Amino acid sequence: MGGLQKKKYESGSATNYITRNRARKKLSLSLADFRRLCILKGIYPHEPKHKKKVNKGSTAPRTYYLLKDIRFLLHEPIVGKFREYKIFVRKLRKAYGKAEWSGVQRLRENKPAYKLDHIIKERYPTFIDALRDVDDSLSMCFLFSTFARTGKCHVQTIQLCRRLSVEWMNYIITSRSLRKVFLSIKGIYYQAEVLGQTITWIVPYQFAHNHPTDVDYRVMATFTELYTTLFGFVNFRLYQTLNLVYPPKLDGPGEASLRSGCDEDYALDSESYSEKLSALSASLARMVPVMEEEETQLDHFPAEGEDLEKMEAREKEELERDAQKKLFEGLKFFLNREVPRESLAFLIRCLGGQVSWDKSLCIGSTYDVTDETITHHIVDRPNIDKQYINRYYIQPQWVYDSLNAKMLLPVEDYFLGVTLPPHLSPFVEETEGDYVPPEKLKLLALQRGEKPQEENEEEEDDDDDDEEDDDDEQSEEDEEEEEEAKLTEIEEKRTKGKNLPVKVTPGKVKAENRTKAEQEEKAEEKRLAIMMMKKREKYLYEKIMFGKKRNIRDANKLAAKRKAHDEASKTDKKKKKKC
Amino acid sequence: MRPAPSSTMSKLKSKKRNIDEDEDDQLPIFEKDNSKDGHLDDDDDDDEGQADHSDSEESVFSGLEESGSDSDDEEEEEDEEDDDVSVLKSCDVEEDKRTSEDVQLSTKDITEPQNDIKGSKDKKKKKKKSSSEVKKDDESVTVTSQRIEGLKILSHVDEYERDSSDEEDIRNTVGNIPMEWYKDYPHIGYDLDGKKIFKPIRNKDELDEFLDKMENPDYWRTVQDKMTGADIRLSDEQVELVRRLQQGKFGDVNFNEYEPAVEFFSNEVMIHPVTNRPQDKRSFIPSLIEKEKVGKLVHAIKMGWIKPRRPAETTPQYYDLWAKEDPNSILGRHKMHVPAPKMKLPGHEESYNPPPEYLMSEEERLAWEQLDPEDRKLSYLPQKFACLRAVPAYSRFIHERFERCLDLYLCPRQRKMRVNVNPEDLIPKLPKPKDLHPFPTTQSLVYLGHSSLIRSISVSPSGQWLVSGSDDCTVRFWEVSTARCLKTMEVGGAVKGVAWNPNPSVSLVAVSFDNTVLLLNPGLCDRLVSNSTDQLISSYEDPEESKDQHVQWTVSEGEDHEQGHRLTLKHPKAVRQVTWHGKGDYLACVMPDNTSNLQVVIHQVSKRRTQNPFRKSKGLVQCVSFHPIRPYFFVATQRYVRVYNLIKQELTKKLMTNCKWISSMAIHPGGDNVICGSYDCRLAWFDLDLSTKPYKVLRHHKKALRGVAYHRHYPLFASASDDGSVIVCHGMVYNDLLQNPLIVPVKVLKGHSVTQDLGVLDVTFHPTQPWVFSSGADGTVRLFT
Repeated sequence: MGGLQKKKYESGSATNYITRNRARKKLSLSLADFRRLCILKGIYPHEPKHKKKVNKGSTAPRTYYLLKDIRFLLHEPIVGKFREYKIFVRKLRKAYGKAEWSGVQRLRENKPAYKLDHIIKERYPTFIDALRDVDDSLSMCFLFSTFARTGKCHVQTIQLCRRLSVEWMNYIITSRSLRKVFLSIKGIYYQAEVLGQTITWIVPYQFAHNHPTDVDYRVMATFTELYTTLFGFVNFRLYQTLNLVYPPKLDGPGEASLRSGCDEDYALDSESYSEKLSALSASLARMVPVMEEEETQLDHFPAEGEDLEKMEAREKEELERDAQKKLFEGLKFFLNREVPRESLAFLIRCLGGQVSWDKSLCIGSTYDVTDETITHHIVDRPNIDKQYINRYYIQPQWVYDSLNAKMLLPVEDYFLGVTLPPHLSPFVEETEGDYVPPEKLKLLALQRGEKPQEENEEEEDDDDDDEEDDDDEQSEEDEEEEEEAKLTEIEEKRTKGKNLPVKVTPGKVKAENRTKAEQEEKAEEKRLAIMMMKKREKYLYEKIMFGKKRNIRDANKLAAKRKAHDEASKTDKKKKKKC
Repeated sequence: MRPAPSSTMSKLKSKKRNIDEDEDDQLPIFEKDNSKDGHLDDDDDDDEGQADHSDSEESVFSGLEESGSDSDDEEEEEDEEDDDVSVLKSCDVEEDKRTSEDVQLSTKDITEPQNDIKGSKDKKKKKKKSSSEVKKDDESVTVTSQRIEGLKILSHVDEYERDSSDEEDIRNTVGNIPMEWYKDYPHIGYDLDGKKIFKPIRNKDELDEFLDKMENPDYWRTVQDKMTGADIRLSDEQVELVRRLQQGKFGDVNFNEYEPAVEFFSNEVMIHPVTNRPQDKRSFIPSLIEKEKVGKLVHAIKMGWIKPRRPAETTPQYYDLWAKEDPNSILGRHKMHVPAPKMKLPGHEESYNPPPEYLMSEEERLAWEQLDPEDRKLSYLPQKFACLRAVPAYSRFIHERFERCLDLYLCPRQRKMRVNVNPEDLIPKLPKPKDLHPFPTTQSLVYLGHSSLIRSISVSPSGQWLVSGSDDCTVRFWEVSTARCLKTMEVGGAVKGVAWNPNPSVSLVAVSFDNTVLLLNPGLCDRLVSNSTDQLISSYEDPEESKDQHVQWTVSEGEDHEQGHRLTLKHPKAVRQVTWHGKGDYLACVMPDNTSNLQVVIHQVSKRRTQNPFRKSKGLVQCVSFHPIRPYFFVATQRYVRVYNLIKQELTKKLMTNCKWISSMAIHPGGDNVICGSYDCRLAWFDLDLSTKPYKVLRHHKKALRGVAYHRHYPLFASASDDGSVIVCHGMVYNDLLQNPLIVPVKVLKGHSVTQDLGVLDVTFHPTQPWVFSSGADGTVRLFT
């Protein structure tokens, strides 16, 4: 009937999205600037549901942003700063070209700078939001803080990253919120629980980086810029929650002793101070002196049914956590020089232990090797010359495993020269049907309080039992065979006499396995029912079943591998014994 | 000048005479020349004085010069020589140091190569070339000569000592023009006095040239002066100079090119200034402009407009950003924001000391390496290290962080609801097959005998006999209960269809092969029935007016009759399917042919009548069927089933099957439901009361369906397929119109083997028992009970 004809692509999803290039033109920014803006403002592309509709019928691959997002970017003051910076660079280049050195200096002094505070506030309106998103910034800052001072990025950035990461570690130590650690081949994963948020970060091992050529450091630098700002504010707030002084200051007596100790090692006072902070051996100064040990008792609420169970579980968890916090309390550690000092010092201090190292290794050591009260000496070499009798010499993995197990593991497995037990990931939570490595089972048993039996004896017993069983079975079988043989003999004797033309063979009794038949019936029933499924449901069902089967297959594979390995090692052992 | 005598001069004339003749006239002129610019020649003279004059014509000129030079003073000669050498020394300041000794030395040097040349002829050829080069060099020599001349003339003016660039060749005033312009004239230019300079008389031919070459020891050092056309013999020094220049050396032997440099500007302060210019006055007077500028700045500072620069803050200042958390600041976009998913947490296999089962075996590692980095399940190889100390840096650490960054700002984010379904819940709840008994469950009998695939089977209405038609051109009759073949009948072609008359009082079987339909009386059942059937057929009387029919009816007689053949219906085309009406009088035949309207014919056996019900072809007819109760006729074409009312003679319904190609069709005994099997593995159930679209489409089979069948009493239907299986389903049709039929698959019957991609070809139920017969491509009929 009447009315204007509706034109295509003038409403709906075609108008809700905008391609990247059009967005860039709309903002009149270069691609690099647009990228930076998107990173800083946290704008990410969207995948439209119907690409063809959005792309006006074409199916060419394109990146789309929401038009709303781009409109939101239009009013960003930082865009103006980008332009200023562009102009600054142009002027500087010109001045260089003309060799106007005074001009260059003047320009450099007036280099335009921008702050990201408002962006942080805008992106994370509440502190918890920011804390939730701090994972990546932690990993990035820890990575940047390990970069060499020359080359890939500004020295100030590296220093800032180092400062912030040290602040973070000090906070974690003070709040004792470290929960899990994992030594992977990539680096060391840490997981902490800060204000109820689980935060995981990874720290690379302390080595010089081989800077890859196919990585765009500008992107990384932009992210770091954002992350350091966010991280700094988060740190400030976290220090505030614990009534700590920010920027961190060492506690009074510790500070004094340190200052008197080794001031001559570092030329700059500020430098030595930051080094002392990063040594992680002293506690931090507080705004308000803390009351000693304020025991907080959880209030009990009357609850029923499920809630009660939940409450109990929660309480139990709480108790466990407290135990973990105080795991190393009263223990005194000494780190040998070849172990990763920072990681271990961080860990031990997080669990309430005391830690020290050789004076020449790093600033901030509190006691010497010769201290008689040292309980654990962490060594990562096959043996050590001078051993004290009243301390354990253990490998560093013990510390990590103990933290993950939330208990002090038996030190025997971690003595010097001993083959270490496998280091398991604390992040894996096995559900039903998953493969659980036997070490984990053992650990769980330990945690439940069951005493581990002596492995070797057990194995031997098992072997003996098996052999005995085998013997028994064999003997039984033999007996049966003998009986049968007798019977046949008798029969033969009987038949020989008569020689009948018709041979009667005994009919075989088909053992009707009732359960099996039942199962088969059920399986068939299921198969038939599956035939009647709708197409879509069938697809989904098959997909789920495929995934399940794959999981089972993987688990079986792992189990088989383990079994093969165990057998191989057992035979090796036996051979050795025989030799 | 006198060119004539010189041109007429014969070669035989002795040289000396020539000289004598010309001497007198030319002498003054050449003297002049000599005095001005002929010093080069003078040099020659010195040598030539000793050398032998073997030249014929050349020497005319040179001889003249000789004479001229003879007249010159010896002192003068020496002077000239001095000057010349000084030029050779590239006109340096050290002119005075030159001595004649050097010249002598150099001449000695030259004599040696001269001798060599004489020795070998080959070298002479080379010398020819070199001589041409020498000629080129000659020009440069002339230039130097000019300079020397200048020296000579203006020796007292030192200023222009080296400035000879703009000087012309004064011997010849024609200027810098191509000399070939004068090649047709006897003269070659004009001297300073405006007199013609005549070319030397040269009428040397090849022979002269050759003789000259042979005899004249100085031939190799003789060059032609282009400006004057005269032959010039180069002196030893000149030759040496040329040689040195060719070698790229300095002309002067004594010149040291590596003398220590004397620094002009140095760090040492000299007592004298570099320039002696007095300072300007303005350098002593203070600048007004500067004063003005400084004044302005001072004023600005006084007024507080200019402030001292504060050092820029390098370290960022942090403060409590979230001091006042404003609930209003949480905007809609924060709610819409999709936070980036966190990084995946590592599993056991990433440990530096993983349990042994997580390490890759050799094959796994190879497979991992061969995979594309994108397809790998793990992005790294699990490794085991004996101690923490041995763990190296992870080389891809920065890469991984970078990839995470890229993910954060480049990846589109979308909220996806994860389907969390218990797969068991997806399985529909159906009544258990156990509760739906009876239905066939096991294969109990196999009817063996046919040697080829069995296209069609049919059961007698009593359920006692079974007929099967096969591609081996036989029809076999079986006893159902014993699987014994009672009768085998050979027919003239591969049997496409068999159908037992559903009327129990008539014992007739319709068999179709090629374009014939045969009505057989197997004589298996009650003799009464058999006889009555025979009677029925024989009692037919030809009507008076015989109609023109498409089909020819013939009564079998003789041997055929003995065998049981009763009637033969010859069709115009190949018959594919035969089907009886429920009453047993009408018989429908299908002759698939897309082009004609004669695809379906209905025969009336009692009246031996044939009619073609359709005037128009509506597509390739696959199969037809009569409604069991009402006068309806079902015709299945490739994609549709059409239902015709035979009485009203109209189309009542058109069923859309949604299939590509219907293969078979069966009507529910109630008449309200139809199933259609198709070659695209589907079975469509139609409820005629409900819709023309399928009530349910079942896709149970893996391959094409060949046959479908309903049971006459039990709520069962079966489908046969090329995958070698027969699926029996419970298909309950309720009397209540509101309740939809219940379809439950109850049994998959397997037994037939698949031969040549064909499995089960036909399926039919026993009329009374819940048994199902199936015939397959393997030449067997099987009974499932």
